[in-house]
Amino acid sequence: MKILTGNDLRSGAVTWWNGTGWSLFVDDAVDVGDEAKEILAREEAARRVNVPYVIEATIDAGGHVRPAHIKDRVRALGPTVRRDLAVPTAAKTGWDWVI
Amino acid sequence: MYRYDQYDQAMVDARVEEFRDQARRRLEGKLTEDQFKPLRLMNGLYLQLHAYMLRVAIPYGTLNAHQMEALADIAEKYDRGYGHFTTRQNIQYNWIKLEDAADILADLSKVEMHAIQTSGNCIRNISADHFAGAAADEVVDPRPYAELMRQWSSFHPEFTYLPRKFKIAVIGSETDRAAMRLHDIGIRIVKRDGEVGAQFFAGGGMGRTPMIAPMIRDFVPLDQLIIYAEACLRVYNRYGRRDNKYKARIKILVHELGAAEYTRQVEDEFAHMLSVGIEPPREELARIAAHFAPPAFVDGPKTLDRSDPDFALWVDRNTHRHQHDAYVSAVISLKPAGGIPGDATADQMRLMARLAKQYSFDELRVMHTQNVLLPHVRIADLHAVWSALDEAGLGSPNMDTIEDIIACPGLDYCSLANARSIPLAQRISERFAASGRTAELGELKLKISGCINACGHHHAGHIGILGVDKKGTENFQLSLGGSEAEDVSLAKITGPGFDEDGVVAAVEKVTDVYLGAREDGERFLDTYRRIGMEPFKEALYGR
Amino acid sequence: MADNLGTSPDEVQFRFRDDDPVDHGTVTVDSALEQTNANAVRIEPGDDARLLLPFLDRLALVEVNFPAFGDGRGYSAARILREAGYAGELRAVGDVLIDQLSHMRRCGFDSFAPDKRLDEDDAARAFATWENVYQRAADARVIIADKRHEA
Ligand code: HEM
Ligand code: SF4
Repeated sequence: MKILTGNDLRSGAVTWWNGTGWSLFVDDAVDVGDEAKEILAREEAARRVNVPYVIEATIDAGGHVRPAHIKDRVRALGPTVRRDLAVPTAAKTGWDWVI
Repeated sequence: MYRYDQYDQAMVDARVEEFRDQARRRLEGKLTEDQFKPLRLMNGLYLQLHAYMLRVAIPYGTLNAHQMEALADIAEKYDRGYGHFTTRQNIQYNWIKLEDAADILADLSKVEMHAIQTSGNCIRNISADHFAGAAADEVVDPRPYAELMRQWSSFHPEFTYLPRKFKIAVIGSETDRAAMRLHDIGIRIVKRDGEVGAQFFAGGGMGRTPMIAPMIRDFVPLDQLIIYAEACLRVYNRYGRRDNKYKARIKILVHELGAAEYTRQVEDEFAHMLSVGIEPPREELARIAAHFAPPAFVDGPKTLDRSDPDFALWVDRNTHRHQHDAYVSAVISLKPAGGIPGDATADQMRLMARLAKQYSFDELRVMHTQNVLLPHVRIADLHAVWSALDEAGLGSPNMDTIEDIIACPGLDYCSLANARSIPLAQRISERFAASGRTAELGELKLKISGCINACGHHHAGHIGILGVDKKGTENFQLSLGGSEAEDVSLAKITGPGFDEDGVVAAVEKVTDVYLGAREDGERFLDTYRRIGMEPFKEALYGR
Repeated sequence: MADNLGTSPDEVQFRFRDDDPVDHGTVTVDSALEQTNANAVRIEPGDDARLLLPFLDRLALVEVNFPAFGDGRGYSAARILREAGYAGELRAVGDVLIDQLSHMRRCGFDSFAPDKRLDEDDAARAFATWENVYQRAADARVIIADKRHEA
């Protein structure tokens, strides 16, 4: 599936498109099919997100949305070397999910 | 150390307001991200993996206690309680909000600090020997020249949209502790027949095409220093490549033209600029230099009680000879075994500040090795300093050993990364600390970058590790034989890369080869240079 | 064969001169070298401004084009002309944005014809950004180091 991600313009926080807005949790990400371009243009113009982009993802065996690239998985959870600072969903996926 | 006068302060304050206005225009949608990006970058604000990242300049690495405390306060108030000291003597915060950025810059300006030109295609923060004004082997203190150049390069009207970033390092001794020849311009302040002047090197750099800067001028008289630098920059601004960002650094221009032709063009421009006369008045350098007068050293004991072996080891490893024989410079290691190289918590910063106030004439230095230095510590006070550091987890006795790893943020923080560098540094330092082989190996500089940009100086590591992307998984290339010091050289790749476990094992194998082959007093680097790559290859890949 | 390049006076948004602007287009540097009567030239980023030095007396307008704001060669071109004594109009054209105005001014530009008109208030603020400056440039301002040591 194709999902959208970017950073919040004000806070810089990593966000994921959930169909109506931008969530802090990758699990909320929805498949945008072939609508990525329109959504990105509209959302960026509205300054609800900064430098958003479309990525490939799958639903993994545990039912979690899993970005195809390791970089976006690190973004989804936080630095692997500071697990104390992780996004709350890390508790559900575990850190092996990143690598 | 240098203190701002009303002009310096006004410049920095004006910049804060300018940035506040720019951030406002961005948030209001008057600036697109494309337009805003170079502006925020010139104020050190990046967008990284998890948030905005702010890089604060620490000009030539020098800080007083009050400034270090301010850095701690910022870490707590606006970030998540810590910061990362970098190889370019800066500090980076990883969790910054755009809406806070101008306030942070305002807080910094209150303690004479800023984030000006810590990114972007401009002249970056000027770095210098971290032992400046302290090292026993120093010929001339480089800091006044670095400060003169900081002012000259700040908001330079002609050189703000260069082909690419521009990094300058200044040293003042034969020993090179600032990777001077791996900078766009490296300057060594020298004395010839009693006259002080500057030796210029141009076109060094790391990144994807590492190069060692050739010397372009053996002696520039001090009252022409700025003019000469300006000539170097103008030739680069006019003729540096702009068609390909990977070929835009000055090293490519110098390489393509040849050092002799680049030098000729600089000399022509220099002759022209001499006639225009742009050098600041000579008294200005004297005014700046007065700020760097040596502190009031007092005599004291020159030996110490070595009965505590842990303390004695730390003294042997982490202290450096001082100009005054009752003093040493003491390195605070930000490399605890298994820790994150260069990271310090707000509390650790405050402790370092307190020690500086109490024991080092209110001065600290950020080292390019991602450690912090107390430049002037009385030998009589060393034990007290060490005890306090040790208690705070800052007393690792590992300067210049295999545990003193330089590592860039890598894929844990950096959006350009291919692989994570920090976990690798953690595993290697842990492993050697546990096996107790660190001591046996002696001086061994290991440097890790998470991608070809080489922020972790892997080209200059006795052992270098570069993270690459191998079909979506992390992979690591090993290289040997680099040095950033006066015996500068670029490391060579051993062969095919390794996965994370593999590269940790490979580092161990390489050190085995060294221990088996070394002759009296040889460092790893010396043995490598004597026996060459083959024995290492054989151990790593068989035949 | 006057190339009809360049901006017309009504595209100029900011002008810091009292003389009348040149009322016709500019020619390329190459043409200027051939045409002995051209008094208005346009410099592109790759052009060598020094080629114009023998003819400075006859020039009344030099436009320096910034096709992209990130290409800073035009700043050097401007200073080179001013250092050689050029006293005519020096116009920055193209991708000229608010945040470049003060540096351009310091390099000797005295008129500005941005592709997109700039917000007047933002521009006024930008021109006034630096009360004091560290470097000598083409604007002959008294630099901070001189102020520190005057008296
Ligand atoms: C995390 C954000 C960072 C980004 C996006 C970044 C980006 C880059 C890039 C793109 C280059 C290559 C430039 C070129 O070859 O033209 C580079 C080089 C470099 N960076 Fe970073 N960097 C980051 C962090 C750091 C850190 C944390 C340090 C210090 C530990 C650092 C120090 C350096 C050094 C020393 C170079 C090298 C060399 C050179 O001048 O060629 N950077 N960086
Ligand atoms: S070397 Fe690469 S991964 Fe490491 S900080 Fe620099 S750009 Fe990022």
